[in-house]
Amino acid sequence: METIFFTIVAAVTVLSGIMVVTCRNPINSALSLILTFFCIATLYVTLDAPFMAAVQVLVYAGAIMVLIVFVIMLLNIRSEVGRRYTHAGIIGTVVGFLMLVLTFNFLNNSSLTGAKGLITTDVINKIGHTELIARSMFTDFLLPFEITSILLLVAIIGAVILSKKKI
Amino acid sequence: MLSLHSYLILSAILFSIGAIGVLIRRNAIVIFMCVELMLNSVNLTFIAFSKYLGNMDGQIFVFFVMTVAAAEAAVGLALMIAFYKNRESIDVEDLNLMKW
Amino acid sequence: MDMLQFPANIAAAAGVNFAAIMPEVILSVIAMALLLVNVFINSEQKAYLGYLSLIGIVVTFFSVVSGWGAPQSGFNNSVLQDNFSLFFKGTFLVSAFLTILITDQYLKREECNWGEIYPLILFATVGMMLMASGTDLMTIFLGLEVLSVSLYVLAGFNRANLKSNEAGLKYFLLGAFSTGFLLYGMALIYGSTGTTRVAAIASYISQNGMVLSNPMLVAGMLLMAVGFSFKIAAAPFHMWTPDVYEGAPTPMTAFMSVGPKAAGFAAFLRVFIVALPAMKADWSELLWVLAVLTMTVGNITALKQTNIKRMLAYSSIAHAGYVLVGFTAGNAVGTAGVLFYMLSYAFMNIGAFAIIVLVGRKGEENNNVSDYAGFGFKHPVLGMCMSIFLFSLAGIPPAAGFIGKFYLFSGAIQAGYVWLAIIGVLNSAASVYYYLRVMVFMYMKDPTEEFDWLAVSPSLALCLLLSVAGVLIPGIVPGTLLDLAQKAILM
Repeated sequence: METIFFTIVAAVTVLSGIMVVTCRNPINSALSLILTFFCIATLYVTLDAPFMAAVQVLVYAGAIMVLIVFVIMLLNIRSEVGRRYTHAGIIGTVVGFLMLVLTFNFLNNSSLTGAKGLITTDVINKIGHTELIARSMFTDFLLPFEITSILLLVAIIGAVILSKKKI
Repeated sequence: MLSLHSYLILSAILFSIGAIGVLIRRNAIVIFMCVELMLNSVNLTFIAFSKYLGNMDGQIFVFFVMTVAAAEAAVGLALMIAFYKNRESIDVEDLNLMKW
Repeated sequence: MDMLQFPANIAAAAGVNFAAIMPEVILSVIAMALLLVNVFINSEQKAYLGYLSLIGIVVTFFSVVSGWGAPQSGFNNSVLQDNFSLFFKGTFLVSAFLTILITDQYLKREECNWGEIYPLILFATVGMMLMASGTDLMTIFLGLEVLSVSLYVLAGFNRANLKSNEAGLKYFLLGAFSTGFLLYGMALIYGSTGTTRVAAIASYISQNGMVLSNPMLVAGMLLMAVGFSFKIAAAPFHMWTPDVYEGAPTPMTAFMSVGPKAAGFAAFLRVFIVALPAMKADWSELLWVLAVLTMTVGNITALKQTNIKRMLAYSSIAHAGYVLVGFTAGNAVGTAGVLFYMLSYAFMNIGAFAIIVLVGRKGEENNNVSDYAGFGFKHPVLGMCMSIFLFSLAGIPPAAGFIGKFYLFSGAIQAGYVWLAIIGVLNSAASVYYYLRVMVFMYMKDPTEEFDWLAVSPSLALCLLLSVAGVLIPGIVPGTLLDLAQKAILM
C-alpha cells in the first residue's frame, strides 16, 4: 500500500519536473513547479517530517512561487515563439544523462553507513516534530540560525537597491 | 518500511532533470525555476537521510536551504527585473555583450 | 546532544561563545550602523560612509590580531577561530579595506553613488569570515550564501550599465547552479557519516573504515569538489566568470577576484583536509587535474585578450590554478604557500585594479590595453606602481608573487608532484607575455591621449601605497609573513 502510494506520488513528481523543463509558456512551468513542491511536501509527510512539509508549502509554494509568478506577470513574458532551447542544448542533455547514470551507479551500490541516532518514529510522535526541530535548532545550530538573519537582511538591501525606481 | 533507495533515486532523477533544465533552457526565469528544482531534490535527500539515520540534523539543514532559496529568489528576480528594464528581454542568448 | 530531554539551560546547551565570532559580530554591527547612517546623510556625503567602514575594518582587524594563538571553539563546534581562520580573516579584511579605498572615486564617476554599497561589502566580508572559521558544513554553506548574495548585488550594482546588468544576472545563475552541486555533495556526506560537523566526520570515518568503501562518500566528495570549483573559478567550471569580472564595476571586480577566491579556498581546505583526510589519495588526483586545466586554460585565453579587465579575469583563473598546485601537494609547505599567496595576491591584484579605476573613464571606457599607451611617461609614479604589480603577478623577483609561487611549487615538488611543478613554471613563464605586454604599451608606445583627466584621490593614493608596500615588503623580506602562514596551517 505504501509502495503504491509512493510510486504514484513519485511519478507525478517526475512528470511535473519534466514539464517544468519543457513547457513553452513560463506560467505553465511555474504551475508545474508548484505541483512538484506539493508532491515533495507529501513525501516529507511520509518521511515523518510534517513540520517540514508545512514549511515547504508555506515558503516554496507560498512565497517563492508567488514571487516568480508576480515577476512573470510584471515583465509580461509571453510564450516562447522562437527556439526554447539554447544552442548548447544537446551537450547539456548528454551531460545531464551522464550525471544521472553516474548517480544511479553510485547510489545503487551504496548503503546507509551513518551513525544511527535516537529519533525514531515513536519519539517523533511522542515529543512532537516541531519541538524536536526547535530543540535541535536552538542548541546545536544556533549560529547558523543567526547567520540567516544577516542573509535575509542582505537580500532585502539587494532587492531594494536593484529595483527601486529612484534611489 | 519503504527503503531509503527509492527516495535517493527519486531525488537523483529530480536533480538531473533540474540540471538539464539549467543547461538547455533560454528563459532566465525558467532557468531559475530549474535551480529551485535541484535544491528541492537536495532537500528530499536530506530529509530521507534524516529519517533513516534517526537524526534531526538533516531537517535543520533543509530549513536553512529553504531560507537561502528564498533570499536568492528575491535577489535573482530583482536582477532579472533590472536586466529587463534595459534590454526588454530575459533570454540568456541575449547575454551576449561580452564574449570571447 | 541528547534531544530526548529538554535542555535545562538553553544558553549553556547552545555553547554560546562570543569570543569565537567576535570579528564577525563587530563587522556586522558596524555594517548595520552604516545602514542607519545612510538614511540621514545626503548624496554628497556618501564618502563618510566609506570612512566609517574603513574605521570599522580597522577595529575588526585589531580583534582578529588579538585572537591569534588562542583557538576558540564556539556554538557546539560550529565555528572554530584558530590561526588558520584568523589568517584568512586578515586577508579578507585587507581586501575589503583596499576595495573600499578605491570605491568612492569610481562610484562618483559612474553616477551610481548609493551608500548601500559599503554595508554590502562589509556583509560580504562577514560571510567570508564565517566560511573561513566554519567547522560545520551548515556554517560554511550559510557563510558562502551570505557572500554570494552580496556579490550578486554588487556585480549588478551599476543598474544603468548594460554590462553590469549582464554580469549580475550571469553571476546569479552560475552561483545558484553551483550551490545545488555543493549542497548535494554535503547531503551525501551527511548520509554517509550521520553528522555535518567537520571534525566528527573525520573521526567517524577513521573509526568505521567501511565507510570509505561506500560509494556515496566518494560521490559526495566529488560533488563538493565540483561546487567549490565553481566558486573558485577553476576550469572547466569557469564558464561565465570572465564575463562577470568584465561587466561588474571595477572595484567590485577587484573585490571578487581576491576575497571570495580566498574564502573558497579556505572552506575547500577546511573540508578536505580536516573532514576527508582519509580520502587524500583520491582528492589529490582530482585536484591535480583541476590545477593543470585551470592554469593552462587561464593562461592561454589571457594571451589574446584586449580588454584589461578581462585579461586580469583570466589571469585570476590562472592564479587559482597555481594555488591549486599548492593544495594538491597537501603538505605543510604547500598549504603555507596557499595562505601566503592568497594574501599577497590580494595586494597585487587590487593594486592593479586601482590603476584600472584611475585610467578608466565614465561608462567603463578606456579599458583596453592599448589605452595605456604612453601612460608610463605621462605619470611616472603611477606607471612604476603598475609595473610593480605586473611584475608580482608574473612572478618576477623581488616581488611577493615570486616568493608565493616559489613556495607553492616547492611544496608540490616535496610531495612528489614534479611534473605538476614543471607545468606550473611553464605556465608562469607564459603569463609573463601578457603582463609585460601592458608594460610595453605603457613605456614604449606613443601616447594616444593626454591623460589629463587623471585625478588621484587621497584614498586611491593610500590604496596604491599600501598595495605597493604589501607587494614589495613580503617580496624582499618574506620571513615574517611566511612564519605566520606556517603557524596558521591546519596540520
